[in-house]
Amino acid sequence: MTTPNITQEVLTTADGVPLKTSLNHALRRRKIRSLLLVAPLFFFILLTFLIPITDMLLRSVDNKIVPTLLHRTIPLLAGWDETGQDLPDEPVFHAMVEDIKEGAAAKTILRLGRRLNFERAGMSSLFRKTSRRVKRLGQVDSYREAMLKIDRQWGDIKTWRLIKRESGTMTLSHFLSAVDRQRNDDGTIGLKPKYKRIYIKLFGRTMALSLLITALTVLLGYPIAYLLATLPTKTGNLLIILVLLPFWTSLLVRTSAWIALLQKEGVINDLLVALGIIADNHRLTMIHNQIGTVVAMTHILLPFMVLPLYSVMKTIPPSYVRAARSLGATRFTAFIQIYLPNSVPGIGAGGILVFILAIGYYITPELVGGTSGTFISNMIAYHIQGSLNWGLGAALGTLLLLLVLALYILYDKLVGIDNMKLG
Amino acid sequence: MAENNDPLVRFVDIQKSYDGETLVIKNLNMDVTRGEFLTMLGPSGSGKTTCLMMVAGFEPATYGEIYLNGQPINNVSPHKRGIGMVFQNYALFPHKTVAENLAFPLQVRKMDKEECKRRIKRALDMVQLAEFGDRRPGQLSGGQQQRVAVARALVFDPDLVLMDEPLGALDKNLREQMQFEIKHIHEELGVTIIYVTHDQSEALTMSNRIAVFDDGIIQQLAPPSVLYEKPENAFVAQFIGENNRLVGTIVAADKEHCQVEVDNGGGLIHAKSVNIAGVGERATLSLRPERVTMEPAEGSLPNIFDARVQELIYLGDHIRTRVTVCGNDDFVVKISNSARQTVFQKGETVRIGWEVEDCRALDPSD
Ligand SMILES: Nc1ncnc2c1ncn2[C@@H]1O[C@H](COP(=O)(O)OP(=O)(O)OP(=O)(O)O)[C@@H](O)[C@H]1O
Ligand SMILES: [Mg+2]
Repeated sequence: MTTPNITQEVLTTADGVPLKTSLNHALRRRKIRSLLLVAPLFFFILLTFLIPITDMLLRSVDNKIVPTLLHRTIPLLAGWDETGQDLPDEPVFHAMVEDIKEGAAAKTILRLGRRLNFERAGMSSLFRKTSRRVKRLGQVDSYREAMLKIDRQWGDIKTWRLIKRESGTMTLSHFLSAVDRQRNDDGTIGLKPKYKRIYIKLFGRTMALSLLITALTVLLGYPIAYLLATLPTKTGNLLIILVLLPFWTSLLVRTSAWIALLQKEGVINDLLVALGIIADNHRLTMIHNQIGTVVAMTHILLPFMVLPLYSVMKTIPPSYVRAARSLGATRFTAFIQIYLPNSVPGIGAGGILVFILAIGYYITPELVGGTSGTFISNMIAYHIQGSLNWGLGAALGTLLLLLVLALYILYDKLVGIDNMKLG
Repeated sequence: MAENNDPLVRFVDIQKSYDGETLVIKNLNMDVTRGEFLTMLGPSGSGKTTCLMMVAGFEPATYGEIYLNGQPINNVSPHKRGIGMVFQNYALFPHKTVAENLAFPLQVRKMDKEECKRRIKRALDMVQLAEFGDRRPGQLSGGQQQRVAVARALVFDPDLVLMDEPLGALDKNLREQMQFEIKHIHEELGVTIIYVTHDQSEALTMSNRIAVFDDGIIQQLAPPSVLYEKPENAFVAQFIGENNRLVGTIVAADKEHCQVEVDNGGGLIHAKSVNIAGVGERATLSLRPERVTMEPAEGSLPNIFDARVQELIYLGDHIRTRVTVCGNDDFVVKISNSARQTVFQKGETVRIGWEVEDCRALDPSD
């Protein structure tokens, strides 16, 4: 056996430059060009999407307001043993009075009150009341006595424990609330009282309804996509336009149309009554509940299922089924064993698209969902716009994002993301 | 059970239209004998695939009846016909391995596991792919996929196998090798094959009989040698092999022979009457390039003319020579490359001639 003679010589181009250098040089131009092409979109997304989203996500753990506004009190509280039964010492009370004075002058103290109120009801009014009264407070012997006189809550050790617990620049309390947990007074984590547990249920409902909607879109969309894909191109293209037609009207209009159709005095109920199928006083409640959400969202999201399915089915040659048939398979067997497995990438792509869209849907559940048909996104919107508990809203949003990512990874494990085809 | 020498497939008065306006197949009558390798040859759009689809049951005949084993099958659904089929793009199931592809027709027939295994092995051995059972079609080369498709069409022992341009996607060398292998399998198994191609050399080398299709009509159905040497109409003469075509008017004719005055003062040619109307009518003369004699002795042949050499193409074993003769400047002569043969020069005037029997007078083509 002769071993091939491997030369270690560096390959060069005609003018003696190493080949690799020349190649890199030639490729660099192309790289720069492609970078320049994506740069505008990249900066647009960075500015309008990535930075705000990151900021929002950070708010879910942000707690700087407490250590900033109570910058005199917090360091002193560090020396206080919250496990004991004694209130903090006089200097702590003094520091708190000074902090509140400063906060009242800067008009920031109410924000602190609102922040701590999320942890325990009554904190907001405590700070408001105190800030009003400390302004008039002159030179006193004991700040402790003075504060206890302003409000008895300052004498409650739980108030101080809460402040000490929430004194870090970051907090997990929003995430705890988002999963219906809270810190007990002794610092352990436990369930919230029953009547306050809403988010887990809401996450569950969001998932379940989204799954139901996805399943319905598969059931309704598959035959349509199959028809579109097997029709002659000309007719197929015409019908595709019908599938896309809903996109030409606004989402709001489509949702409102469902209200007109489904409501008590709506078209469907009228029809059923007119046909004598139901009595006039037994009209069906099909809107402002889960039925409304499911029906309207299935309709609205259907195109997102049909289109990927269609484009995948378009690539399945009719000869597959024909081959199966000629080999002795009935229509049914040929469909189940040959056509269906080949269309799975389309179901996967459509399914994941519809599910992810559904799980974060806002407008439709808001309009037709009533109380029983709302989604987690409606709760997020409430906290951002209504209760102004941005921390909790951000925490819920973060959890939703993580949930979607987890499902995406699960999908990748089970089906394989390479198996997904959008066109 | 039908008698064994009855035709396996019979087309009786088949007509087919897709759109209700034009007939793709116009009145097809054809018998396919048991064990035969019958090729349908024709230009694109001539209705070959349509014919196969009707046999396989994927397209209904608009009129007429197809018989398989003596039974009318127009109303039998495709999966009950028991016909193997090889598609042009192979149509192997991409999500199944090679072995699973072969197992499919056996499973749907509820064959037991051992028998399945045995048959799959036999089929894979037959196409020399014994090692490849666990691969997916995507991991095979074109030629290997082709063989799997053939094996799959044969694994359930059908009486009849339909092949629609099965070698269309392969390169020349592989195609020739596969032609040989398919032919070999056909001889070994004695299965009946209806084969579609538009490659005439493929048709000539593989078939027992060839049906030349054009315009929805069988122009001629005959064994390859007959088709080549005795074409019955101008289309077949032109379509199969290389052909010299001279057009003119018949001035005299009897049952055996005729004389044709070639257009543009080309002269009078003696030809064999094959498919002509009568004196005064138009006719096409067909003459194979290899049947032309160079510099014949004067008077030795009935047709001898002056010809002017226009072009010489060296092809190794022969020299393809284009000459102007009888007013036709696209007349090709094949001169074999032997030592005794004189070498001609471009622009030279030579004498060429041919026999009456080699020059066939056919219908006037358009
Ligand atoms: N499904 C169909 N609908 C309408 N017309 C069709 C259909 N299939 C084929 N045709 C028409 O019928 C004619 C014959 O088609 P066919 O496919 O049988 O030709 P072919 O001989 O197999 O041609 P090729 O060699 O190109 O495969 C063509 O004119 C074609 O346009
Ligand atoms: Mg064809």
